[in-house]
Amino acid sequence: MLTCKDFISELTDYLDERTDADLRTKLEKHMAECPNCWVVCDTTRKTISVYKDHEKACCIPSDVQTRLLLAFEKMRAAKTKVV
Amino acid sequence: MTAEGGKIAVNDETEVLALARQGDVGAFSQLMKRYETKIFRLAQHITQNREDAEDVLQETFLKAYEHLDQFQGNSKFYTWVVRIAVNQALMKLRKRRSDRSVSLDEGIDTGEDTVIREIAAWDENPEQRYSREELGAILDEAVESLSPPYRTVFVLRDIEELSTEETAEALDLSIPAVKSRLLRARLQLREKLTRFFKRKGDDAFAYM
Repeated sequence: MLTCKDFISELTDYLDERTDADLRTKLEKHMAECPNCWVVCDTTRKTISVYKDHEKACCIPSDVQTRLLLAFEKMRAAKTKVV
Repeated sequence: MTAEGGKIAVNDETEVLALARQGDVGAFSQLMKRYETKIFRLAQHITQNREDAEDVLQETFLKAYEHLDQFQGNSKFYTWVVRIAVNQALMKLRKRRSDRSVSLDEGIDTGEDTVIREIAAWDENPEQRYSREELGAILDEAVESLSPPYRTVFVLRDIEELSTEETAEALDLSIPAVKSRLLRARLQLREKLTRFFKRKGDDAFAYM
């Protein structure tokens, strides 16, 4: 019989689908009987997805990109000079 | 074949890398282009500072270019670059907090951080309650509150979507250490976000 503590310690593997079928069944059975663990699991899953969804739209500011290229060119020029 | 000037697109990373290692500047630029957004975002999350993140981005790619001959090819190029970026970002944190060092072991597990205090269901789409900017501020503030070892693992695993194995390799940690830090980071963030995202009327209470 799984305790809530056992459930929490397996939560990361469960959310990443890295548990074997037997453990998965046990964890899901525990959740079906324990509303608190169900909430923790559901809100942790949402925590991950809210970050993923938000960050996907992120892009690099164009001024930062330009300065990176300039720094790269500058380093190359300095290197060529030394050679 | 050459990727000089980016005129010819080479999609296979192994091929682009081989060209870059032969000194093909265009090929290296292609690699930079492929990963610059991810590295900038990663640096911003770890340093929590835009200026530092920009420095980290530049230093990472300049270092990678300079030491490309040391890349063994046993890991993905991206994992190797991430490793450089994490080290540069931690150095920035150290500089800013010159009174003490910052390492990947700082502030680690006291056993208290798997305690669940808030149990409240969230709305189905809680993020819709906030504007994009407001949501960004909430998420950033929550990540910033994590100590660097947890923050770094969370960013690599759940934002940059590296596998557990790649994260372990990039941070020079064991797989159990990555998993344990990831669990704690996820639970700590969940606690913080519950304050903003819980369904109205649901009370939070402590357990475990």
